[in-house]
Amino acid sequence: MKESKHMRATRAIVARQPRACSCRRAHKALILVGRHAVLVVVAALFCFPFVVMLSTSFKTPPEIFQLPPRLWPERWTLANYRQAVEAMPFVRYLLNTLFLSTANVVGALFSCPLVAYSLSKIQWGGRRPLFLLVLATMMLPPQVTMIPVYILWNRLGLMGTYWPLVLPSYLGSAFFIFMLRQFFMGIPNELLDAARIDGASDLRIYLQIVLPLARSALAVVAIFTFVWTWTDFLNPLIYLNDESMYTLSVGLYAFFSEHGVQWGPLMAACSLFSLPLVALFILAQRQFIEGISMTGLR
Amino acid sequence: MFASPWLVGFLVFQAYPILISAYYSLTDFNLFQAPRWVGLANYRLLFSDERFYKSLYNTLYMTVFGVPLSLLVALLCALALNMEVKGQPVYRALVYLPTVVPVVAATYLWRWLLNAQYGYVNQLLGLLGLPQPLWLDDAAWTKPALILMGLWLVGGTTIIYLAALKEVPKVYYEAAALDGAGWWRRLWHITLPAISPVTLFQLIIGIIGSFQYFTQAFILGQERLNTPSGGPEDSLLMYGLYLFQNAFVYLKMGYASAMAWILFLITLGVTLIILASSRRWVYYEGE
Repeated sequence: MKESKHMRATRAIVARQPRACSCRRAHKALILVGRHAVLVVVAALFCFPFVVMLSTSFKTPPEIFQLPPRLWPERWTLANYRQAVEAMPFVRYLLNTLFLSTANVVGALFSCPLVAYSLSKIQWGGRRPLFLLVLATMMLPPQVTMIPVYILWNRLGLMGTYWPLVLPSYLGSAFFIFMLRQFFMGIPNELLDAARIDGASDLRIYLQIVLPLARSALAVVAIFTFVWTWTDFLNPLIYLNDESMYTLSVGLYAFFSEHGVQWGPLMAACSLFSLPLVALFILAQRQFIEGISMTGLR
Repeated sequence: MFASPWLVGFLVFQAYPILISAYYSLTDFNLFQAPRWVGLANYRLLFSDERFYKSLYNTLYMTVFGVPLSLLVALLCALALNMEVKGQPVYRALVYLPTVVPVVAATYLWRWLLNAQYGYVNQLLGLLGLPQPLWLDDAAWTKPALILMGLWLVGGTTIIYLAALKEVPKVYYEAAALDGAGWWRRLWHITLPAISPVTLFQLIIGIIGSFQYFTQAFILGQERLNTPSGGPEDSLLMYGLYLFQNAFVYLKMGYASAMAWILFLITLGVTLIILASSRRWVYYEGE
């Protein structure tokens, strides 16, 4: 009695199987569509401001103030771009920013791995206390040191030069030193010992073994140093006073705070200002994502 | 020996400034004359300075509302991105993309988006039949405007959360599915505890960053380089902005140094409180 009931149930399930299967497939497809829909909405919300920036930058003034606004300009114009580049020394600012970013990348790549190497792969007494010191400096708000460092540069007579904006990166940044040290710790000591037995000096081991192995971590250091210098506002603001030396950040602020905001040229300037970083991100997406996940910092 | 660059940097740009900054905070110093010893006068003055309290209030507002909200939005985005679909890296890239925009450009862009009359945000709110605030022109709405803008920049935190979500052991979910736990219960009892160390770290980083909030407030609040304003009714006068104005507009280096030390103590205190409370809500694997 019981058995037959069970068998009937089984037969019923078997009979229903094909229908259940197609139903499940449809269900799965529906879930997939739903997931994409959620993600498209999320991505659209994050992209929308970009679209507005670009669309405004190609609009004529009457269309910028047209209500309701249209995302797709009726008449495309490059006038805003021409005005942005001609009204202020845009190219000059661009080159200044590029110079500072490059100089800082070189500095960071010179100093940070060197210090990290010393803190991870060379046996010496000061290694541990120094590492703790590096960690401690990461906790201090920059405002505390900002004023004395400013006064220091002022005393040295280097206000209005690029020294305050370049030199510090040649002395290493705690954050990258920490990150690289963690990375170097993962390099097997046997590898370095073998080289040492062959008579290689610490410097040679560093240059020929450690650095090539750390290429991906170094890319992260280079990219983030570049982006941070490119976008930095506070430091150029307090250290530069000659307009011809301004970076894009300070240059844009100085120009539009003095002449008042004109949305077309402003959005064109902002687009040009952001473009190199967006391009860099598209090219080096993997390093960006890895860098953030590796450090836990944004 | 290889560590010497950093050691030099540490002595010149960290150790010496920290010590001398503590000294400056006890002096009257305008950069041109030698510092004059005034004892605790700067601190006493600060505690009767209305703009100091205003800036403290504004900063706390941003921290209390802005930081948790951006963590929540980042988590929601990460949960969305963690779903199994093709093309996930593309969506992830689009969410992260805003964070590479220079702050100055982003601030101007949002000033346009939030333009009371022509901005897209208010046009959208109008379409939905919702009230259209004046945003950056209304003292009550300037800080919500900044918070909204901050939500556009949660991509970094989202990536970190996403990495953490991928680390949660699959067996937990399988066990929960066997027990018949639904989506919400799995989120509440497995996902959130498993990623709580990340939340703790992001919370602390977020609060520290929020206390140092500067650039956006400067660009929107101080519309002229040498006019130390703070937006409508000083509603954008953040702690970092007021500190900057004291140091570089009024040239009150001693006063500003005292502010920096108070900032440090507040940051330290809040961090310690959160760390102490974390024992109750942060779960480490193996416990």
